[in-house]
Amino acid sequence: MEANLAITVGIFYAVSIYLMLSKHIIRILLGVAIFSNGVNLTLFTAGRITREVPPIIPVGLDMPDVLTANPLPQALILTAIVISFSLFAFLLVLAFRSYQELGTDNTEGMRIAEPEGEELPPLGY
Amino acid sequence: MQTLIFRTVAPYLTSLMVLFSVFVLLRGHNEPGGGFIGGLIAASAFAIYAIACGVEPVRRALYFHPLAISGSGLMISALSGLISLFFGVPFLTGQWTVIHVLGVPVDISTVLFFDIGVYLVVVGSITSIALGLEEREHD
Amino acid sequence: MAVGTAETVDLSGAMVLAPAPLADWVVVAPVAIPIIFGAFLLMIRHETRLHATIAIVGLLTTLAFNAALLARVLDQGPVVMTMGGWLPPFGISFAADALGASFSFAATLVAVVGAVYAITDIGSVGRRYGFYPFMMLMMAGVGGSFLTGDIFNLYVWFEVFLISSFGMLVLGSERPQLDGTMKYAILNLIGTTFFLIATALLYGAFGTLNMADIVRKADGLRGTAPLMTLAVFYLLAFGMKAAAFPVHFWLPASYHTPRIVTAALFGGVLTKVGVYALLRTEVMLFSPEREVLSGLIGWVAAATMIVGIMGALAQTDIRRVLGFVVISGVGVMLAGLALGTMEGVAGTVFYAFHSMVVMSALYLLAGVMNGIGGTYTLRTLSGLYASHPLVAVFAFLLMLSVAGLPPASGLWPKIMLVEASIEAGSPWLAFAILATGLLTTLALGRVFLLAIWRPAIEKAVPSPTSPTIGYVALGALAVPTLLMGLYPEPFISVAEHAAAGLLDASVYIGSVFPEGVVP
Repeated sequence: MEANLAITVGIFYAVSIYLMLSKHIIRILLGVAIFSNGVNLTLFTAGRITREVPPIIPVGLDMPDVLTANPLPQALILTAIVISFSLFAFLLVLAFRSYQELGTDNTEGMRIAEPEGEELPPLGY
Repeated sequence: MQTLIFRTVAPYLTSLMVLFSVFVLLRGHNEPGGGFIGGLIAASAFAIYAIACGVEPVRRALYFHPLAISGSGLMISALSGLISLFFGVPFLTGQWTVIHVLGVPVDISTVLFFDIGVYLVVVGSITSIALGLEEREHD
Repeated sequence: MAVGTAETVDLSGAMVLAPAPLADWVVVAPVAIPIIFGAFLLMIRHETRLHATIAIVGLLTTLAFNAALLARVLDQGPVVMTMGGWLPPFGISFAADALGASFSFAATLVAVVGAVYAITDIGSVGRRYGFYPFMMLMMAGVGGSFLTGDIFNLYVWFEVFLISSFGMLVLGSERPQLDGTMKYAILNLIGTTFFLIATALLYGAFGTLNMADIVRKADGLRGTAPLMTLAVFYLLAFGMKAAAFPVHFWLPASYHTPRIVTAALFGGVLTKVGVYALLRTEVMLFSPEREVLSGLIGWVAAATMIVGIMGALAQTDIRRVLGFVVISGVGVMLAGLALGTMEGVAGTVFYAFHSMVVMSALYLLAGVMNGIGGTYTLRTLSGLYASHPLVAVFAFLLMLSVAGLPPASGLWPKIMLVEASIEAGSPWLAFAILATGLLTTLALGRVFLLAIWRPAIEKAVPSPTSPTIGYVALGALAVPTLLMGLYPEPFISVAEHAAAGLLDASVYIGSVFPEGVVP
């Protein structure tokens, strides 16, 4: 099971890195989204896999009576999902705004902050 | 998306979803559910309303600015953690009490208020992002 | 916190039953107070006239609690509080040692000055966009990063200050800002995702996220767990945040685009969070691995210094000069990390104090100069000495400071680092630091010469207004700079205290896990 997941995670990373190497913002964003999903799966796999035993304590007991799944990675993943979701939403708005304002989503065309061919500072006065 | 059917259904759908989001929020006390997922449901309800009827009616219906809602949620969450200051226990320790409403015992805890805060933060911030995107579309 | 008996710990419930003393709350306050004030500012976002006052009051309160925390940490050792009353490795611990408390104090000091300067820099539109709430939430994130004792919680605080910093960066939504923010946001997001990958692998290997617990367990896992991989991952992730050489390109692309006070806070505070996290992980958690990596870190440090300052030499815009100076400062701090000796780490910590204050002050100075001359470009900015001698005084002092010349603060940490590198047998690192000092003098000397000393060019006559708030802000930052330069003993002792706590984590571990509650 871990091996399968590890391979899946590897594919996720490969796809996302390929997308992030693109010049187009929208592909980079898709790459970032897949990247964070890959990380969530990494977290999940790192917490060890147990099949079909949810970590719920039966009524009347203080601790679970059988070996259950590790709940902590799930809490961590939930946190990571929340964070990556909100950051991704923000990035989408930002990308849309900059597409409207700059008229391109090609990173090579985004040279407003660092214009090409700037003059050197004066050498004396 | 200004079709007649959608515009007619959207207000009912929105109110139903907001109601359901509150249910999910309160259910999160002891069972799957909670503030984050409830907040997402409510935010998508407002997004649907905005898609059907435009952004202005949503802003009017919400009355407060989404970011102000989000701020009040953050405030509630932070203060519910600070309540444990008065009980001599560390930050964010849950404090529980039971009150009787019409003879029915209701558990009230700081954890619940923390969750309500999370709900408001999520509703506010996601709605403000969704409305921001909606507004741009019609520029 | 003398926990340990049956009445104070409930092992089956993993709860601490001993009452938490009121004094321990001082470790939560530097995070909780900015959050509460930030939330309040969000709630009253239309009352923009009140924003500055409320934010300054909030930050001053935070500063007071930070001072109390620092005093207590220096006096009695680390202060620890574990959230929710859980037993340490299960609950999230906040653990302030000398390193975290002193960084938090310095960052808040800079933020107070930034909030004051923002009165002139951020107009009512910027306030309506939420500059002050974002700033408070960013400071909460920064404080949380410095004070938390849990590595996943560190990730969460990173994201908190990151998302607030996006908001501050894009404030105004001008075209260069959108461009800069896009690059800043994506590259920083990728950097923190690397951080998360490393943390996932760390959790898989250790089964714990509490930093004190990780240090305790690391020795037993050496040889079986891939700790080297973790150390390299953290080096890459935090190196990206700190803007170290091969992964620094986002910084010069974005730091010159926002309002100047935002740039001041970012240049002063945010890169230092990266340096802090590097110190915490590489020196405290993965010390033997850092030993192996020290050659690599040393080359990265030297390259960051030289590449950074070379970039500064080529720029015409003062803000872009300063962006590259920030990078070369990060290189100097990495030198201490590469050495890993007591004196080297202490030098890095002291340099970080100096850099927080001086880099923010330099950005604010650029803002003041722009306010007078109406431009940031060295081609036309001129004649400031004749019209505003006080600006020239501040500029001279701050430029001496960042170049590492007496009487200002840059001198002592550089001496410590040079001495440490010669002692550690890497004189080339000492040479790089000294060469960087020379090139910094050249880069900023040219700014001084052209913008301040040069007689006013006809088309750019300085406006005769007097930037009162700018002077107040610069004065408030010039005092600590001079203090660090003229009376460095207390700062060196704090830095050595912090370095000692990192190199020998037993005190830190002992305060998170008091005797008898070792589960």
